[in-house]
Amino acid sequence: MHEFVSFTLSGVTQGMIYSALAMSLVLIWRGTRIVNFAQGAMGMITTYVAITVVDRGDSYWWALVIAILAGVIIGGLVELVLVRPVESKPPLNAVIVTLGLLILLEAIAGMVWGGRYRSFPPAFSVQGVFVGSSRINLSPFDIFTICAVLAVMVGLLVLFRWTSIGLRMRAAAFEPEVARLLGVRVGRMLTLGWALAAGAGSLAGLLVAPNVFLYPSNMDAVLVYGFTAAILGGLDSPVGALIGGLGIGLALSYIGGYEGASLETIGALVILIALLMVRPEGLFTRVAPRRV
Amino acid sequence: MTKSTPIDVRECHYRRMPVLAASEVTVRFGGLTALNRVSLTADTGEVVGVIGPNGAGKTTLFNVICGFVRPTSGRLEVDGRPLPRVHPHQLVSLGIARTLQGVGLWQGMTVLDNVMVGAHRRHRSGFWSALLGLPPSVRTESAIRDSAVEVLDRLGIRDAANHRPASLPYAIQKRASIARALVAEPRMLLLDEPASGLSAAEMDELGELIRELRSTMGVMLVEHHMDLVMTVCDRIVVLDFGAVIATGTPDQVRDDPAVTAAYLGQEVGQADAGPVTGGEPEGQA
Repeated sequence: MHEFVSFTLSGVTQGMIYSALAMSLVLIWRGTRIVNFAQGAMGMITTYVAITVVDRGDSYWWALVIAILAGVIIGGLVELVLVRPVESKPPLNAVIVTLGLLILLEAIAGMVWGGRYRSFPPAFSVQGVFVGSSRINLSPFDIFTICAVLAVMVGLLVLFRWTSIGLRMRAAAFEPEVARLLGVRVGRMLTLGWALAAGAGSLAGLLVAPNVFLYPSNMDAVLVYGFTAAILGGLDSPVGALIGGLGIGLALSYIGGYEGASLETIGALVILIALLMVRPEGLFTRVAPRRV
Repeated sequence: MTKSTPIDVRECHYRRMPVLAASEVTVRFGGLTALNRVSLTADTGEVVGVIGPNGAGKTTLFNVICGFVRPTSGRLEVDGRPLPRVHPHQLVSLGIARTLQGVGLWQGMTVLDNVMVGAHRRHRSGFWSALLGLPPSVRTESAIRDSAVEVLDRLGIRDAANHRPASLPYAIQKRASIARALVAEPRMLLLDEPASGLSAAEMDELGELIRELRSTMGVMLVEHHMDLVMTVCDRIVVLDFGAVIATGTPDQVRDDPAVTAAYLGQEVGQADAGPVTGGEPEGQA
């Protein structure tokens, strides 16, 4: 029983990180109908930015802010420079572009920061907190992780639901031509969407780094988990991304806990393949056929 | 500009230019000439009908005005100033709004949200203050909401505000799409087949609405239903195979033999059966 609680708690924490990454994939998918395979690598780069700031002796919080800002800027630039030219082209072009960007970013990280594994400092202790006299598998850093991701989710929800700029972003995502007729600068909205998504992705990178160490391909597996979470949630649904992330986090934690950590990646891929075979539209998408 | 203003001497020499003027606009798609040297004007205070058989180029004409299609040659003027290249998102600032064939509403949003998208140009707060939710943008948000509600009220569909389009009768959806165009307070409203799918009674209401709009703006109307066109239009431009074959009042056009031959002659007998050949494919561009 104690084991189960312990696996559940670590599953929730990891799940929140996958949710953040899934959310960034979902935002980009909603806006531009592109699966951004470079999302993880973009988070990796900003984590290196963060560790560079920490190495200079600045605080973790300062590093966090700079890393997320860097993510926002990188996301916006990627949309403007790389994605814009392929947006009206066949979907395969965008797939190749984001895959190419993934490889490019990992190579750049290797050149600039080297390929060795580095530890990334967490903001808080990673020792489990005491409940009564027993230590549970939930550290202050885990609590920070959960709160940070929830805060970002709530922020995005407020932006999309209750502000006119969020309204315009939704409008631009679903009917760009109609939105243009109503005076919406669709291109600007898409850039903003990529920027916000990359900001969320940066946060995921920073939060996962203390667990997986930092090296140029440290986000590859995490991207698979985030992607599976996004598919589980339906790719189109932000709420689905949150729940999908938690689901994957829990599933992998149980698999890793009971069957051995080496099975986690395989477990994620099995879930992904099973999902794509059984329910490719995900669990939370209202099926809405796209007019072509 | 009311009638009672004293006559401005300058106006005698330089008549105010019409809101919208197309001159010699030609559009070719490969070997097909969709529009052939089409010239027309539309101004506030009038309803201009654009009619013609399917494939005559009516929607292409709208698409040229909206910047979806670039003319091969010819030019567009707004208020007498030539527009070298129109981008769709600039239209609203130029005072031009357009509805689409069908309804084109965002199905995932409420009617109010749909209309609010159209309202943002009127109430601008800076991009950054909107994104960060600073106080000026909060005021803007409520101003946007208010003006959207006001337009829904004016069109008599305020009750539909918090519903999603799919749950509403088609006529209400059509009205909502007009509301979305009106909320930007255009000087020129382009209506692309606003009557399709409406019942006779609903079409009468639409006719009343269009006549009412004429007092504050100009209306350009592409429509198949001849009853509506003949009753609401001040002027009619008839297109056939991409060229203007007649222009005039409804009576003049009705009696024009070229029009009868090209269009009315074959269509009149079947007109009541609804759009004979169906709607043109949406977004023909």
